[in-house]
Amino acid sequence: MIPQPQRLAACGVAAAADIDPVSPPAERLARGRVVILECFQEIPCDPCTKTCPFGAILPMADINERPRIDYERCVGCAVCIAGCPGLAIFVVEEDFSQEESLVVIPYEFLPVPGFGDTVEGLDRAGNAVCPARVVAVQNAAFQDRTHLIWLAVPKGLAMTVRHLRMPDTGTAADPAAEVPAESVPAGAAAAARCEGNDGR
Amino acid sequence: MTSVREVDIAVVGAGPAGLCAALAAADLGAGVTVLDREPRPGGQLIKQTHMFFGSQEQYAAVRGIDIAELLAGRSAAHPHIELLAGTTVLGIYPDGVLLAESGDRLLKLRPQRLIVATGASEKFLAFPNNDLPGIYGAGAVQTLMNVHGVVPGKRVLMVGAGNIGLIVSYQLLQAGVEVAAVVEGAPTIGGYWVHASKIRRAGVPILTSHTIKLAYGQEVLQGVVVQQVDAAWRPLSGTEKDFEVDVMCLAVGLSPLTELLFQTGCRLRYVAELGGHVPERDEFLRTSLPWIYVAGDAAGVEEASSAMVEGSLAGTAAASSLGHGGKRVGESVAACRRQLDDLRRGPAGEKIRAGLAKL
Repeated sequence: MIPQPQRLAACGVAAAADIDPVSPPAERLARGRVVILECFQEIPCDPCTKTCPFGAILPMADINERPRIDYERCVGCAVCIAGCPGLAIFVVEEDFSQEESLVVIPYEFLPVPGFGDTVEGLDRAGNAVCPARVVAVQNAAFQDRTHLIWLAVPKGLAMTVRHLRMPDTGTAADPAAEVPAESVPAGAAAAARCEGNDGR
Repeated sequence: MTSVREVDIAVVGAGPAGLCAALAAADLGAGVTVLDREPRPGGQLIKQTHMFFGSQEQYAAVRGIDIAELLAGRSAAHPHIELLAGTTVLGIYPDGVLLAESGDRLLKLRPQRLIVATGASEKFLAFPNNDLPGIYGAGAVQTLMNVHGVVPGKRVLMVGAGNIGLIVSYQLLQAGVEVAAVVEGAPTIGGYWVHASKIRRAGVPILTSHTIKLAYGQEVLQGVVVQQVDAAWRPLSGTEKDFEVDVMCLAVGLSPLTELLFQTGCRLRYVAELGGHVPERDEFLRTSLPWIYVAGDAAGVEEASSAMVEGSLAGTAAASSLGHGGKRVGESVAACRRQLDDLRRGPAGEKIRAGLAKL
């Protein structure tokens, strides 16, 4: 009899038992915007320790360690998000407004939603859980084509929403044509840039 | 009749290992000729649109496509490196001559040192109708999409939840292709969980403990039947699921490309953990033939980050053996070893460590 593998290892979706230990303390969450690193596995990877301008992601003695956070130093600036090769960093804020919480997600798909758009908020298993309002879109050069989408979600869902789906407009036309080349996420850009290589 | 050109070091393969080997050796003053059969240097890096793991020294958080540009650009500009793209090495002869084909020309090189960085090829899987058009290796689909800008189809079933299967699934989604599911025979996901989470939250199911029963279709692939397996990998009848897909991608592992090494007569050994037959090598990545070195996936299938470090180590050692480098060599070698130890030390490096222990 083989022991039942933990849920995350068997299907890729983190459960509460995985998430609770990496969540910011409730008291820190209550004080405002803060980071969460959903990095559950010891893998050789450490760029996050170098991206935080405030030193909130602590240095690793061994590159295989999981990241450790000093939540007192984190200001929720979201600079670290696009520097994570696993796209496993999010920024959350419980009290974004009276009725809304905030979650900042990395996004590498086309089309890129725009400010003010309403999109579907998806949970860690890809289920649509709520409408989400796009309150900011960031695509600075240092993000290297990984967009940051700031989503206002119904209160209490900041720890649930981890991805977005564009509303189905019924037009599945070439999305790349609508987006200026410099804002195209890298993966999509490579798949769309057939004119850009040497043709061999 | 073409004459034989004498060179210091020849590197076969311009992927992450080969380019890093060339740069390390050339930086120490050796003359290096790099040969690669593809028109564009960079090996598999030229289709890796995702950010790399590892540390800064191995370009962590930089996209593979950009690492390719960086390494190929530095190599092309290096005064000691001759980069021959579109050049296929055909064989290595007992007198140490390397025969290569470049367009309509035959090329003969006699290098004092040879570094084999030929990479790996995709494994295949046996199941009924596995020859239907529409069934690809995942790497081939990645080449189609990310090098040639061609989407492979409309709806894909991915087989294998290692890093390649997970990453290519993500890139298919980026290209607007639907991924019906990822099927994995093992009870757990073999790739990094962060890669799995990226496709899960985009709605792609991962079916662990599942295998392919058969593929079907008239002339082209129209669907795949998958089936659950028990702890001993025995298929469980009554668990069949039918996926209507026009593309199936196989990401079921890689085998080191060691044909050239076999030709040279150096000693190889079958090590399952390293993907197949790999050459015996010493701590400087020198094979049983003292003039031949190996680096990257040809030495054992591993991540691109370790391939780059192995390349630097082999390049440094080969140049040093020709009298280049002086005091800088010890420091470079130590830095490479430290990086390899770091990359392999954790749970993710367990298989590699087990494989290397058998050599």
